[in-house]
Amino acid sequence: MTADITTTYCGLELSNPLMASASPMTETIESLLALEEAGVGAVVLPSLWEEQIEHEAMEFQRIYSLSTDQFAESLSGFLPEYDDYGTRTEAYLEHLVEAKEELSIPVIASLNGTTRGGWVHYAKRLEAAGADALELNVYLIPTDPYATGADVEQRYLDLVEAVRKEVSIPLAVKIGPYFSSLPNMARQLQEAGADALVMFNRFFQPDIDLETLEVVPRVRLSPPTALLLPMRWIGILRGTVPLDFAITSGVHDASDALKALLVGADAVMMASALLRNGPGHVAEMLGEMQAWLDENDYESIEQMKGSMSIGSSPNPGAFVRTNYMKMLTTYSTAP
Amino acid sequence: MTMTKAPARLQVTVDGNEAAASIAYRTNEVLAIYPITPSSPMGELSDAWSNRGRENVWGNIPRVIEMQSEAGAAGAVHGALQGGALTATFTASQGLLLMIPNMYKIAGELTPAVFHVAARSVATHALSIFGDHSDVMATRATGWGMLASNSVQEAHDLALIAQAATLESRVPFVHFFDGFRTSHEVNMIEEISDDEIRSMISMDAVLAHRNRRLDPDRPVLRGTAQNPDVFFQAREACNPFYEAVPDIVQATMDRFAEVVGRRYHLFDYVGAPDATEVIVMMGSGAAAAEAAVDQLVARGRKVGLVKVRLFRPFSPEALVAALPSTVQTVTVLDRTKEPGAVGEPLLQDVMVALVEETQTGNTSWTETPRVIGGRFGLSSKEFTPAMAAGVFDEAAKDDAKRRFTVGIVDDVTGLSIDYDPTFEVDGKAQVRAVFYGLGADGTVGANKNTVKIIGSDTDLFAQGYFVYDSRKSGSMTTSHLRFDPDPIEATYLIDDATFVACHQFEFLSKVDVLSRAADGATFLLNSPYGPDDVWGRLPREVQQQIIDKGLSFHVVDATSVAREAGLGQRINTVLQTCFFALADLMPLDEAVAAIKGAIAKSYSKFGDVVVERNNSAVDGALAGLSTVTVPSTADSSFTMRQTVPADAPDFVKRVTAMMLEDRGDLLPVSALPVDGTFPTGTTQVEKRSIAVDIPIFDPEVCIECAKCALVCPHAAIRLKVFDKAALDGAPDTFRWRQFRSRDMDDALMTIQVAPDDCTGCTVCVDVCPAKSKTEVKHKAINMEPKADHLEAERDNWDFFTSIPEFDRTVARTNTVKGIQMLEPLFEFSGACSGCGETPYVKLASQLVGDRMMVANATGCSSIYGGNLPTTPWKTDANGRGPAWANSLFEDNAEFGLGMRLALDSEKEEAHRLLMELSSDVGAELAKALLTADQSDEQGIADQRRRVALLDDVLEELDTEPARRLKAVTGALVRKSVWIMGGDGWAYDIGFGGLDHALASGLDVNILVMDTEVYSNTGGQASKATPRGAVAKFAAGGKPTGKKDLGQIAMSYGNVYVAQVAMGANNTQAVKAFAEAESYEGPSIIIAYSTCIAHGIDMGSSMSHQKDLVDSGYWPLYRYDPREADVGKHPFRLDSRAPTKPFREVAMQEARYAVLSKVNPDGHDALMDAAQKDIDDRWSLYEDFKDLDRVQATQEEGE
Repeated sequence: MTADITTTYCGLELSNPLMASASPMTETIESLLALEEAGVGAVVLPSLWEEQIEHEAMEFQRIYSLSTDQFAESLSGFLPEYDDYGTRTEAYLEHLVEAKEELSIPVIASLNGTTRGGWVHYAKRLEAAGADALELNVYLIPTDPYATGADVEQRYLDLVEAVRKEVSIPLAVKIGPYFSSLPNMARQLQEAGADALVMFNRFFQPDIDLETLEVVPRVRLSPPTALLLPMRWIGILRGTVPLDFAITSGVHDASDALKALLVGADAVMMASALLRNGPGHVAEMLGEMQAWLDENDYESIEQMKGSMSIGSSPNPGAFVRTNYMKMLTTYSTAP
Repeated sequence: MTMTKAPARLQVTVDGNEAAASIAYRTNEVLAIYPITPSSPMGELSDAWSNRGRENVWGNIPRVIEMQSEAGAAGAVHGALQGGALTATFTASQGLLLMIPNMYKIAGELTPAVFHVAARSVATHALSIFGDHSDVMATRATGWGMLASNSVQEAHDLALIAQAATLESRVPFVHFFDGFRTSHEVNMIEEISDDEIRSMISMDAVLAHRNRRLDPDRPVLRGTAQNPDVFFQAREACNPFYEAVPDIVQATMDRFAEVVGRRYHLFDYVGAPDATEVIVMMGSGAAAAEAAVDQLVARGRKVGLVKVRLFRPFSPEALVAALPSTVQTVTVLDRTKEPGAVGEPLLQDVMVALVEETQTGNTSWTETPRVIGGRFGLSSKEFTPAMAAGVFDEAAKDDAKRRFTVGIVDDVTGLSIDYDPTFEVDGKAQVRAVFYGLGADGTVGANKNTVKIIGSDTDLFAQGYFVYDSRKSGSMTTSHLRFDPDPIEATYLIDDATFVACHQFEFLSKVDVLSRAADGATFLLNSPYGPDDVWGRLPREVQQQIIDKGLSFHVVDATSVAREAGLGQRINTVLQTCFFALADLMPLDEAVAAIKGAIAKSYSKFGDVVVERNNSAVDGALAGLSTVTVPSTADSSFTMRQTVPADAPDFVKRVTAMMLEDRGDLLPVSALPVDGTFPTGTTQVEKRSIAVDIPIFDPEVCIECAKCALVCPHAAIRLKVFDKAALDGAPDTFRWRQFRSRDMDDALMTIQVAPDDCTGCTVCVDVCPAKSKTEVKHKAINMEPKADHLEAERDNWDFFTSIPEFDRTVARTNTVKGIQMLEPLFEFSGACSGCGETPYVKLASQLVGDRMMVANATGCSSIYGGNLPTTPWKTDANGRGPAWANSLFEDNAEFGLGMRLALDSEKEEAHRLLMELSSDVGAELAKALLTADQSDEQGIADQRRRVALLDDVLEELDTEPARRLKAVTGALVRKSVWIMGGDGWAYDIGFGGLDHALASGLDVNILVMDTEVYSNTGGQASKATPRGAVAKFAAGGKPTGKKDLGQIAMSYGNVYVAQVAMGANNTQAVKAFAEAESYEGPSIIIAYSTCIAHGIDMGSSMSHQKDLVDSGYWPLYRYDPREADVGKHPFRLDSRAPTKPFREVAMQEARYAVLSKVNPDGHDALMDAAQKDIDDRWSLYEDFKDLDRVQATQEEGE
């Protein structure tokens, strides 16, 4: 018998748990279609960045106005005028609408806001444009020494609550791992209206250029070891907080995906692996996952999901501190 | 106030250029154009319409092509006409002059066509971009019909009448209207529909034109060369066509009246039917004259006005028919000057017509009325009803001046007539508003918008006219807006405003903004101070005027409201809203809705956020507007600022100061030079003080690289190396450090900002590589608020200028630091903040400024280099400095070459005479002078000393040959000729001449400041525009690659060629300048010049160049023929192989980025192609690097 690989994530029925997360791969309709062809269960479109949209719109307007009506000989400015500068929110929304039209798999929109009003405003527009679900890509780096953990958490909760109030499609929240008590935060997010957590956001990391002494953003594809952190936390949260979970860093092959599902992920998102190997990688992984499931007599993904979470694993202590002890004891410097 | 107007036909709010272009576009198939102020918008609009697929009235999309010059445009027009296409062009001034040869041809071949001309002054003693008829009058002999429009509506109407008439008559037409006054006036007009156009144009005539085309299926030949036997007769053969024109034009006008409803005649008369004094004139001034006529007739005067519509072919019969039989004095006003002529052109035609018609008995009078002639309005000089009334007064005198001028005071030849400036006319627009703003704050845009709102949302008529100053940074704009229930025809500025707004608080100290306020007017001030604090912050003169005129005074802190709304410095929406709140033109809630509607219309193409932020500025404006309770006394402790320092030169105090104070109109003729010759170095007296933040030096951190001084576009940050002793008397705040030098133990150095001359562009700080070891963001210079440093830095700057300049003879001028120790002789120009061109100009002035002649092509560099009121070229302590001149746009290389020829000729003369006088002068001195090595500064200094000796000897001799030699001894010191200009000149219009200069072998240095676009006229594509960048006439991204000018120059083999980008490699740039100068043959430097037209943050003007070079887009190289002479490879590639993808670098510039948004696929394809261009050129250059070249020596050539 062939195992059923469908899954539910964030209120959506997926043909399988492999998803393409927001990346350049989900930027064009062409590659979205290739991903669907290769078998992904769902796609997350690149984030609508409130800051970027507003920055671009303001900048274009500024550049056009900067050189207009100032010098008697060049009153109409220096650049030709157009009816649409492609800086409008519509440009993003059009991508979403087109993706919805072209694809039959669920399309999840992603949003990164900067203001409370912005989160709500753009969330509503993404819902109206037909998103099947919404991923809130929350990106807060606290720098104020007087802002407490609770203050920061409250900002997450406020915006999830505000968005929840205005949109009815499922809401996923993409978070980073830096919370003192992730389970408590997860519970609060769930109570604020989140349906799923996407773990974890890999923030841009600042680097330093030694030649220019400038801080430069560094983006690197995720290494396979990145899997371990979210795996642990999904394992801990699964069964503890009634949320769906997507794992989003470090999944590179079928075995990574299976591990993620075993600890309790409902969906497995990939970006780096797809960028490295192309959409065809999905089909390969699906084949291998199917084979493993069949070989091990699983009826379905639903059956194995969370079967090794902290509540279900034979050695739950391994998810916490003891893991560290064991690792050290298995190494030996002795010749 | 209640204002209503009668319902009208479809009203649109447009300027004169759009009014004319709208007809030209819809009635033609080919438009070949070239940008020139003030006609450029007609071509740009046509191009934009064509890009959007707008059709002409027959369903075709006209083809619009930008040519390399107006001569080229005229050639293309001629060709297209011969091909049977309906063809037109737009131009002005020198552009029209360049079209003249083709105009003779087109008329000679009886080819229907219309040139729409925004009439502008022709450059004579000076260039002027403003309006008069000197350009169109220069075409009188070409055989073209000439129709004059006097208003925006007429520019629309007569454009169509010209088009219809040319097709029927086969005589081509110049349709002209006044540059700026009409071309740029925004007014409401009744738009002519496509149907109306179709019913005006005879399809038979169109087909007849087609059938005359060159066609291989039925070939004919045109353009023969004819001989004395037949040329004359053939020339006369066209006469019947010209004779028919006046009737055809009148018939067309009559048909127009039937179709459209507005009636015109060849000459339109207004005024008393029994007038004794009549003015005859054409152009926008007629509206002012008409207002005076109405007023005077109402007062019982017998006066009238003939508005000339059809100037050529001139119809004497129609003129006589238009004049009242009672006329005694006809005063002809010409908006042009023809020195030496018996009279100006219109005067001559009118005079001949009247005399002849009278002689022939075709008139109701038997004796020819007296005809006198006056000039008015040159270069957009104001012409007001008061002046027109003065003309009538003059005409009424028995001893009226036969020739006069009006509007100026001529105290030299006494030609000007007096007039009563207090003469008032009735029926002035009810609301007359004047706004003072900065170019960058959006005042003009908002006011244009206001005119449109009132035009579309109320029953009122609205008019807008805008005045700009000539600087490209910190420029002031003045908007003149009128609103009234009746159509507004006033063609002069408002000097009795019912509303005055000052959008920049600092203007109050510099400009007498309230001088234009009428008694009881409303005054709106953008003020950081609230209603309770503002009074004491006003200069006493301003307080006094508010009290004396009984102004209602309101303030708003627009800057804060705009900032809070997220709009930065754009205060226009805030102040526009306040205007609506105060001017009471429409109910406030409707006004707010209309403003928000206009905001949505203007900004939604950019995105919601722009609309939302502007909307929130509207709301914030209303909340922030308050009324000031005006005290009864002017008690301010300070007055308006003195314009120029008390110790300024006499000319500056008498003349320049008046211009700076906006009172240049009051200067009499005697105040001005007779031949356009001006003293240099006047920008230093104009302390514009426009920066908010200025760079402040930290000597601790400085590494003495001198990059800041090198890149400063305004020479406002300087480096000086000086002896310790010079420090005496330094202000406490003066900063300096020990100068690191092996040769100079006691030397100190400093970096000093000129706080009132800095524009705050931040380029210096951006390039400063010296960073604090403990706090990396702190550099050796840092932008800090000017207000915190102004007083101290003014003192420091004064002290700095008092320190003696560094000795040129020991400076290492081929290094960045060495050259920056020398005084720039080009400073504080009006160039844009962050300009990429001026650092090169300044560098040249440091290198050879004291023995430099500059031929400057028209363009940005001639404007920031030579536009009054103040100019940046200056002299050194010895009184030497660059001698600068601008000839034209198209001929600059030839102009510079001529300078070289003159210098060489003088030198030859000096050598000959010196040899002749050798024994008198002393053989040793003569020999030293003749054989001097002047290859370095020491050599130059030595030669100058010898010349001084020689001059003394010659003075003593005082013979005829000695006097002749003395006149040219200056030529014994090596002079450096620099031919400068932009890419529009070098790549396009002046390329032929540039190529000739390169081929000449003569010692000239050509500096091409390549902004890759026509910067001065507003960003039209040139052949230097790179593939993939958008520009005017390349809205889809320039589809073709950039011309490789350097390769063309290198093909000669004996030309020094360098391609530089100062921001990428300043050492290479400095070396290239030194090498080019030292090469005694033609040199060309192609210098990458960042421009605001690129759409980048100009603060990174220089650092961005590094990225461009790293991408391989702009390879740096030097080709030095001297290397080939000694058997080395002459081509040195100074930059490394590309390390960055071009796309990545290009996306930092809006000119590329905008296409990625507007047309991503097109952008991708063009970026791929652009990358291929780069790769291909790089591999070519790599190969070229190893090429051996052999140069024939001059002797071998002979």
